[in-house]
Amino acid sequence: MSLTISLEVKHPVLLIRLEGELDHHTAEELRERVDQLLEERKIEHIVLSLEGLSFMDSSGLGVILGRYNKVKSFGGEMVVCSISPAVKRLFEMSGLFKIVRLEDDEQHALATLGVA
Amino acid sequence: MRNRMDIEFSALSQNESFARVTVAAFIAQLDPTVDELTEIKTVVSEAVTNAIIHGYEQNADGKVYISVELNDDTVHLSIRDNGIGIDDLDEARQPLFTTKPELERSGMGFTIMENFMDEVKIESAKNQGTSIQVVKYLSKNKALCN
Repeated sequence: MSLTISLEVKHPVLLIRLEGELDHHTAEELRERVDQLLEERKIEHIVLSLEGLSFMDSSGLGVILGRYNKVKSFGGEMVVCSISPAVKRLFEMSGLFKIVRLEDDEQHALATLGVA
Repeated sequence: MRNRMDIEFSALSQNESFARVTVAAFIAQLDPTVDELTEIKTVVSEAVTNAIIHGYEQNADGKVYISVELNDDTVHLSIRDNGIGIDDLDEARQPLFTTKPELERSGMGFTIMENFMDEVKIESAKNQGTSIQVVKYLSKNKALCN
């Protein structure tokens, strides 16, 4: 099973929906596609919607941390939502919740960033 | 009853998914919980990714070897490569430590293995390779021990 990446710009937020498995192999495409959008469009914040993410390992943590560093350098923030217990455990283990905010769902996450 | 499987495959990132799914399919006969299966798949993914990125530095000529041995409700898993080896094992096991920050490695691989498995043994020799041996006691077994 691979990774399906859906990217939607809701100015100034980039909404990233991931479905499938995020590992070292699939992280590469995610990195390239997100970074291309970050450069082309005026993106301030990222919302990461992970309801369909069935598997993630430390390569996923790495690519998420890398995108966090980018939005942070623009003064933005990263919000993650709809996260499964297994993925949540990896976030907790790595301390990612100290820098990435967790919300229940996309609607809440977007609302906290001023997108209706 | 003892039951064993061995696989060998090219050090290519597209085989990471193959490796964890294959190991999970073999272990499924012990009827593990969903959480246990996720933990084992994650650990396989970490070890195989390490072999590909660090052991072989993404040279696809390298081979990754996995052996799984089931013994009652205990899973013995071994992931090996013949790559460059790990310079400093203590350093490598530190959370968030990575030798490849430019590749956005999180440095969490060994920390995840230690959290998800009951035993983790790492052996490595310069230019000879790395061998990771982990043991997981499935919950049925734990209940019996208590």
